[in-house]
Amino acid sequence: MQQVLHHPIVERLRGLLFGSRARRGLTFTAALYALLIAIGFVYLQPLLFMFITSIKSPGDLLNPMVQWVPTELYLGNYLKGYRVLDYPNTLVTSVLISMTPSLLQTAVASLVGYGLARYRFWGKPLVFALLLATFIIPPQNTVIPQMLTYRDLGLLGNPLALILPALMGQGFRSAIFVLIFYQSFISLPKVLEESARLDGASDLRIFFSIAVPSALPAYIVSFIFSTVWYWNETFLTVIFLEGGVTTLPMQLSRFTQAYENLYPPGTVNIFDRLNEAVKMSGTFLNILPLLVIYFVLQRWFVESVEMTGITGE
Amino acid sequence: MTGRGSFRPEISLRVREALHGYGFILIWVLGFALFTALPLAQTFHYSVNQVTVSAASINLNFVEWANYTRALFTDPNFVELLVGYTIETLVSVPIVLIFAMIIAMFLNLKFRLKGVFRVIFFLPIVITSGPVIKELTAQGAASAPGIASLPAVIDFLEQLPRALRTPVEYLLTSFILILWFSGVQILIYLSSLQKVDRSVYEAAAIDGASSWEIFWKIILPSLSTATVVNAVYTIVTLSHFSENKVIRYIYDQTYDVQGGIGYASAMAFIYFGVMVVLLGIVYLFLIQWAKRTA
Repeated sequence: MQQVLHHPIVERLRGLLFGSRARRGLTFTAALYALLIAIGFVYLQPLLFMFITSIKSPGDLLNPMVQWVPTELYLGNYLKGYRVLDYPNTLVTSVLISMTPSLLQTAVASLVGYGLARYRFWGKPLVFALLLATFIIPPQNTVIPQMLTYRDLGLLGNPLALILPALMGQGFRSAIFVLIFYQSFISLPKVLEESARLDGASDLRIFFSIAVPSALPAYIVSFIFSTVWYWNETFLTVIFLEGGVTTLPMQLSRFTQAYENLYPPGTVNIFDRLNEAVKMSGTFLNILPLLVIYFVLQRWFVESVEMTGITGE
Repeated sequence: MTGRGSFRPEISLRVREALHGYGFILIWVLGFALFTALPLAQTFHYSVNQVTVSAASINLNFVEWANYTRALFTDPNFVELLVGYTIETLVSVPIVLIFAMIIAMFLNLKFRLKGVFRVIFFLPIVITSGPVIKELTAQGAASAPGIASLPAVIDFLEQLPRALRTPVEYLLTSFILILWFSGVQILIYLSSLQKVDRSVYEAAAIDGASSWEIFWKIILPSLSTATVVNAVYTIVTLSHFSENKVIRYIYDQTYDVQGGIGYASAMAFIYFGVMVVLLGIVYLFLIQWAKRTA
């Protein structure tokens, strides 16, 4: 028995199955992939469900036999979703509404992060505490007076209502971006700065010619994340922009109402009533631009932390 | 004389540096005053008043703490929603943290198709938005499929004391939804893991440490700062999420005839208070833990 257990072939088999110090065994690898696939399924399942439901024809939707494989590729839902969402208009609006504040927010956050990282001055801990506070304070604790002020100024429904706070470093999650820039500027060697100063360069000049190029990844990552977060943000956009401009998520949140305006329930035949397939196509159209951005720029998302050198402190 | 002469430029240099520093953060300070501090103070002012808004003006009628007492003692919904929020947050945070840690450790290994899995696991970063999550939950695509409605599970739930039943029920119905909130956290854990020198693991393995010991003695302590950051991030995102029931309730009350801005502001402050207490508890707990493991 003892001999069999230590036979070279058995040893090799055991190494293959359970691994050795040098490499993982088959059992471990299989378990790893099983878990990864299970978890991956958790994330993909809602998206798959959404996509498959969205291409189901009204007949497939009512047929209990049809679960994951529709009998035909039915694009009617997308046609309706496209019309109900007023897609071309809301898409362009969404892109502009999320990119403009992001651009400004990124620029301002980099200035503030640079100031905090490269200069010694009194009150820095206070500034960090306040930064943290802006991250923690829930929007509903500040939004009403802002809304009333905007109303008095006639800015309600105007994109400026989102742009102005971003311009002053108080945009959506600005604190995170300030910290990202703080982290990437603090590791900049002081020598570069000092030699430029000896050459007579002004502070702003040093910022633009030395600091900005060195932190390019931080700019890109901040801009991408900021755009995505602005895109997904609906609480503030609804309050500030309602009545003026309509973004995609805003239109999605009143999808039922918009649908019934276009296809009044009493007048259309049963196949044109609002069903979950149409709703899902609307939801899918809503996240489609984000998915495209994500897959095109995935390197910037998944490696963002390494690229910006955030240490987590 | 010479002493003073060399002392002076030193002072002015420091002052100069400080002034330039302030120059860079000035716009933020102004913005903080205008868009955060001032509205916050105003919201507090509203919360101790009965506010009526007409087309032309805003009328305030000082009522002391009446809005607060109404929210806490008269309103049948608010306290219940707050308790629900507290339970949900305390259940969600550990799940998000543990889950994100596991995923990050997987992604820190070397294996084939890693890129594909990485792309899938970071999807929540892009997709988690209010209306989308709402549509998905409404269609039943976001809850653990059918577990909570199994007869055995229902029987089990009925045996539990009331205080335990709510969290467990929440856990079963929203497990997958909770996972959707762990995108950024995975990212932060992964970056901390990558900072640990690989030779440390090798040295530990040569000294005969099992992977179990390596996890508890090397990996976990190195993740303590990231854990604190992630916990704060998780609580803040969950509390600010626009489909959060308390936020929806406060929002609805703002435009309600019975409620109004004053009442909504008072609730906003109570909610903020509860959130800060939660943050404080979790923070202190994790700091204690981090000290013990380090």
